[in-house]
Amino acid sequence: MINASLKELAGALAGKQISSVELTQLFLDRIARFNPEINAYITVDAEKSLAQARAADALIAAGKAGALTGIPIAQKDIFCAKGWRTTCGSKMLGNFTAPYNAHIVSQFDAAGAVNLGKTNMDEFAMGSSNETSYFGKVQNPWDRARVPGGSSGGSAAAVAARLAPAATGTDTGGSIRQPASLCGLSGLKPTYGVCSRYGMIAFASSLDQAGPMAKSAEDLALMMNVMAGFDERDSTSLQRDKEDYARDLNQPLKGLRIGLPREYFAEGLDAGVARVVQEAIDQYRKLGAETVEISLPNNALAIPVYYVLAPAEASSNLSRYDGVRYGHRASEYGDLLDMYCKSRAEGFGAEVKRRIMIGTYVLSAGYYDAYYLKAQQIRRLIAQDFEQAFRRCDVIMGPAAPGTAFKAGEKTDDPVAMYLEDLYTIAVNLAGLPGMSIPAGFSNGLPVGLQIIGNYFSEARMLGVGHQFQQVTDWHVQMPKGIE
Amino acid sequence: MSLDVNDVKRIAHLARIEVTESEAAATLEKLDGILGLIEQMQAVDTAGIVPMSHSQDLVQRLREDVVSETDQRALFQSIAPAVENGLYLVPKVIE
Repeated sequence: MINASLKELAGALAGKQISSVELTQLFLDRIARFNPEINAYITVDAEKSLAQARAADALIAAGKAGALTGIPIAQKDIFCAKGWRTTCGSKMLGNFTAPYNAHIVSQFDAAGAVNLGKTNMDEFAMGSSNETSYFGKVQNPWDRARVPGGSSGGSAAAVAARLAPAATGTDTGGSIRQPASLCGLSGLKPTYGVCSRYGMIAFASSLDQAGPMAKSAEDLALMMNVMAGFDERDSTSLQRDKEDYARDLNQPLKGLRIGLPREYFAEGLDAGVARVVQEAIDQYRKLGAETVEISLPNNALAIPVYYVLAPAEASSNLSRYDGVRYGHRASEYGDLLDMYCKSRAEGFGAEVKRRIMIGTYVLSAGYYDAYYLKAQQIRRLIAQDFEQAFRRCDVIMGPAAPGTAFKAGEKTDDPVAMYLEDLYTIAVNLAGLPGMSIPAGFSNGLPVGLQIIGNYFSEARMLGVGHQFQQVTDWHVQMPKGIE
Repeated sequence: MSLDVNDVKRIAHLARIEVTESEAAATLEKLDGILGLIEQMQAVDTAGIVPMSHSQDLVQRLREDVVSETDQRALFQSIAPAVENGLYLVPKVIE
């Protein structure tokens, strides 16, 4: 049961082989057993989860079940869930109980899914290893001495250790795809604007996007059917017709044109990862796809551009944490300014402070044109690279991360080395395109993800491209040792 | 361009984050590394390129001017650090 797909779980629930309460309890028991070490969850509330499971069982009994009714799903702790502690991995929100639901959470509630708990993450989603969380680091289930990636590291570890059938994540610069790659999962960052950001704690608003993390592309499609859709409470939510993200799962790959960017296979890529990715691409050729070499000449600039734009937006977004209406307030302070400065000094961790300060600096008087405006101009060049590339191919493939999971502590002292983890993912966020990582194999016993990048709104086709690969491979159903 | 410790303190003040002397020195080193990374942008000729703020060229939506939210003052204040008589408490700002 712990390795079943969402479709199989829905079948078991419909066929009365298991109830939602039993299924939820099964995962709660596993969390109680493994989470003290893996630390994938920050908050678990069995009573709340089981109440939702009982309601789901009533829906199932009444014949009113949808595709996810009764299925427990973990929520990244960046999503506000009414009545649940919602920390965003920060001491700043350590005692914050959300007074309302994020749109994504409401969508899962309406679908009858069960909220299994809130997963660990890098503080305010700023990190690529889950080591900046105030609530402690997360172990990679494939090698407990290694990181799960980040920022959605708790969600990735939860699904990899089978402490949840699926989870939500968010991706600002690679935070779904890189942990999916490092933990052997499937994860999708949709086109910017497809999933509402309402109630999703803001980091860099022009880049942040919610998406699903699960074992297979088929699972992702079922979750996207719940997560996607217009929401008037998000000013950048896109008004589009409802679509079925599972519609192209069975579309054959014959004639599919795969673009291989030469910049993704150049210096900086681990040899073992390169081998696994090449083997996956060979598998696609066997399935009838054609490959064409393309170029994304400005890819290397994506990291500097991102580290202007994302901190700039973060410095503005995180100015709301002032210790007045919610969040941490210092216990001792003098005047109002002192209260702000002390509360923020105590509430934020080192990486968050660094990014706020970088953002403050690049937006400060006299520097705006040299940094922020310049970065926005190069952002357009990066988006144009993709526009050119998609004239010659249907999807782009390459690695999702430059290496496999690294050891905890290995990169914590060098922010720039950590930032390079997102070398192949960040440009996709800057362009607003959909990107996905699927398990492609192993290098030295550690999972390797294949990244699939599509044109705007081509998620259904991308999921089909992933699903067809998963029909002839079994990387996505392999489990780490020691979690049975 | 490189910063000095006083720049770091000035930026921290603008960001409303208190820093100690030793924190400022440690932060300086890290910020210099990040700014070095960012500096790569300056080699690119961007004359005439229109800045891109969003991937989709969105137009701000307008909505009817109607009440859409209900009063949840008590709920929202229940998570505040300090309230009194329905007001948020902060240090005195007007003498």
